[in-house]
Amino acid sequence: MNPVVTSDPELARALLNGEAGAFDAFVSAYRGKLFNYTFLMCGQREDAEEVAQETLLKVFESFDQLREPDRLKSWVFRIAKNFCLMKRRKSVFAPEVELSLDELKPARADGDAIAIDIADWSALPEHAAANAELREVLAAAVRDLPEMYRSVFLLRDVEELSTEETAQILDVSLDVIKTRLHRARLALRQKLDQHLRTSKGVYAG
Amino acid sequence: MSPEECRTVFEMLSEYIDGDLPADVCEHINQHIAGCAPCVQFVESLRKSVSAFRDFRPQENPAPLTDEAKAELARAYAAMLARRQSATPAR
Repeated sequence: MNPVVTSDPELARALLNGEAGAFDAFVSAYRGKLFNYTFLMCGQREDAEEVAQETLLKVFESFDQLREPDRLKSWVFRIAKNFCLMKRRKSVFAPEVELSLDELKPARADGDAIAIDIADWSALPEHAAANAELREVLAAAVRDLPEMYRSVFLLRDVEELSTEETAQILDVSLDVIKTRLHRARLALRQKLDQHLRTSKGVYAG
Repeated sequence: MSPEECRTVFEMLSEYIDGDLPADVCEHINQHIAGCAPCVQFVESLRKSVSAFRDFRPQENPAPLTDEAKAELARAYAAMLARRQSATPAR
């Protein structure tokens, strides 16, 4: 995190006015975030660094076209999303995998009409993301999400953008964002559930 | 409690845990969950999962910005500022 507390609208105005330090502040506030997103969207470090640089370049070139300083972050991520799409190596005609709710809902426990088959989630440590082995599991689960769900998850839950901002970045409706976020979270939950079954109690106590 | 009702609740759980549902819908879900142990278990697992993935940030950081790449950005920035100044009539 950038130690200098600057809100996005202030940062946007400072940049536009050519204020000293604004350039460095912007690069340090956004380069890591952008790399994070592009790395998880492109999957390859080299591509991700290239896309992050292309995004920053485009941002600086066209900064005077940012209409609403309050929307700096979604404007920047929209540019990043477009460069990611251009970088994508697979055919644009490749069908996107859809996650179905039926596959994501919990199974019924054997011979029981009510109980569900579920891992012991009390085994998950409170700060799961601090555990090295769990980090691997979390990372793999995010990588395995189909692209259209991964993108929504990264923007909503990691970058904490609103449903509206995410819809604007990805050019889809609010309902599509809500549906995709829910399915993404369910798919991630399912991966973690599977992991907790195989590693029973390893993290407990 | 009916499986159909669990299914309806299941479809709205992300909005439920985010507090994005209208009060009456939220209340309806609360009432259902109060009498449905499997739904309680599931909601708890989803909450824990969402918070674990939210906390998670990939440890990989970009390589340090090279002088060359930084200069490229600075040039683009300077060109944008110059264009903007020439477009604004001097007072």
